[in-house]
Amino acid sequence: MTEAPNSLLAARDVSKVFPLERGLWSAMSRKMTGRPMRRVRAVDAVSFDVAEGETVGVVGESGCGKSTLAKMLAGLSHANGGDLRLRGVPLAEVMADPKQALKVQMIFQDPQSSLNARMKVVDIIGEAPVVHGLIPRSEKEAYVRDLLSKVGLGPEALNRYPHQFSGGQRQRIGIARALAVKPELLICDESVAALDVSVQAQIINLLMDLRRDLGLTMLFISHDLSVIRHICDRVVVMYLGRVVEIAPTDQLFSSPCHPYTRMLLEGMPRISTERRTFLEVKGEIPSPLDPPPGCHFNPRCQFKTDECLASRPPLDHIAPSRSAACIRWREIG
Amino acid sequence: MKDMQNVPLLEVDGLNTSFNTRAGVVRSVRNVSFEVGRGEVLGIVGESGSGKSVTGLSILRLIDPPGKIVSGAIRFDGEDLIPLSERQMRKVRGARIAMVFQNPMMTLNPVQKIGDQIAEALTEHERLSAQEVRARCIAALEAVGIPSPEERLNAYPHEFSGGMRQRIVIATALVTRPDLIIADEPTTALDVTIQAQIIHQMRQLIDQTGAGLIWISHDLATLSELADRIVVMYAGTVVETGTTAEIIGNPRHPYTRRLLASVPSANEPGQPLRQIPGIMPSLLDIGDGCPFASRCDRRIEGCERPIPAERLSPSRSVWCINMPEEREDA
Repeated sequence: MTEAPNSLLAARDVSKVFPLERGLWSAMSRKMTGRPMRRVRAVDAVSFDVAEGETVGVVGESGCGKSTLAKMLAGLSHANGGDLRLRGVPLAEVMADPKQALKVQMIFQDPQSSLNARMKVVDIIGEAPVVHGLIPRSEKEAYVRDLLSKVGLGPEALNRYPHQFSGGQRQRIGIARALAVKPELLICDESVAALDVSVQAQIINLLMDLRRDLGLTMLFISHDLSVIRHICDRVVVMYLGRVVEIAPTDQLFSSPCHPYTRMLLEGMPRISTERRTFLEVKGEIPSPLDPPPGCHFNPRCQFKTDECLASRPPLDHIAPSRSAACIRWREIG
Repeated sequence: MKDMQNVPLLEVDGLNTSFNTRAGVVRSVRNVSFEVGRGEVLGIVGESGSGKSVTGLSILRLIDPPGKIVSGAIRFDGEDLIPLSERQMRKVRGARIAMVFQNPMMTLNPVQKIGDQIAEALTEHERLSAQEVRARCIAALEAVGIPSPEERLNAYPHEFSGGMRQRIVIATALVTRPDLIIADEPTTALDVTIQAQIIHQMRQLIDQTGAGLIWISHDLATLSELADRIVVMYAGTVVETGTTAEIIGNPRHPYTRRLLASVPSANEPGQPLRQIPGIMPSLLDIGDGCPFASRCDRRIEGCERPIPAERLSPSRSVWCINMPEEREDA
């Protein structure tokens, strides 16, 4: 994969490994027995690109590493290996400069716990741009008022506290806070997952309007395939720390190439007037602490061969802007 | 699989449940009525604050002060549960009506072996020998698809994955062979592929045992695939009931119709979703009129007064005085 000319974010073989043991005793016992340290590879050599103005979805189930990936991109956690670049500049350098670090902003799942309960809305949204010198303190109130109207809240919200708002309104405040520092990349980590259906529709519409008006680039992380399908241009499917498929959204949903993607799409509940006979999905998601050898998906895969147990399948380029990590994708897709 | 007996398995009739708070009376459930038959899956769908969970808890009389069942009848197999003493009610709970909650870690005791927890549900209600208890526990675990159940009886909850834990909770509910199971968002915290497995198994179990199932969820898609009939709740009251085909294929209450139109899968990818403007009204001292009126574009004079049910077919009722035509925009 070569870097696209308008690439905003480029990830190459990015990994995050967490040690499972800490402290003196386990260090001593390792030294004496020669046993290696136990580790979990939360993100395992992940590569993908996000072009300017594009919305890329990251989808996967618990333990697939999607949230760890988001934290690394937002500078909240450091990669152990691989190369992460924002406009060609290593992300570590970007994050080292407080003003540059503002370029990546995140919207979290739970607006209740991600907003400071003791701060007024005007400070929650306005403090960062003032501190970083984007606007003078005297203009803070007008600036916040303008942002509030962009996310559909009135000026009466200025002097209120987070608990005085509903869940959907709090998520709007979280979005305004992220936009206040003029980010280039917005990371939405399950940002609509905790919202009710009718509120979710309002927030999705808001994000799509803002994307159009402000030309935002978004990385949209979700377990909800119907939301991903609605707002993303391209989708990255992850399973147990690895990318298994990357495809433009319409192609992913019409012709999935990886057996795991197929299983996800089949399990996706659809609104229908008829009772469905659910296919019996086989097997559990293995623990990320002890992933199966070779292709991580092999214990649940109906297409597996001996080769799938032997080595990790490479993420093959199979069509323009499509890749899949399955040695048998030709027979399946 | 419907039993043709005259008495439905469960009949909720004019249920009102309120919570007295310092700020006033929160009328969480207002005048809710529905029936569940044997071998039937009834879905109750609604957003936060719609009263769907309080309805489920009211059926088992698990409403604690300051909450109170104000009026109504809950007829289970023809017998009203509301006048029963707490002692009599304990014989119903777990034995004849079982409940499954969203978070299995809250339901399971982390320091007790799962075999003992399942057995406790059984020995509380039946006198059985140790061998019989063990055999019933193993059969229950087998029924929900837990591999090698004999060995797993001695495991603790933390040794299981989230999906397996929820199966154990379902096994605990099933072990007494209840007539009715109430499941409140049982798969909401689970991954998509695991959710599909559990729904598949629940459907099989209901078809095999002939028990009734009330599946409470905010997720219309899941319900549409599982339920025989659906009750749509909004802000504490039922707005529409009918078979799944009727509700999903031809919603007649403006709220149901707009809710179905607002989900991503009902819209063109990339286009604005047909959202419902506004927010749900506060349940504090809420009136008896249609609770959706403040957000409804079909509001007319009279919506603020109590809305009578309009019975469109034997299976179908809609609480609206200005219903849209059949499939005018759907």
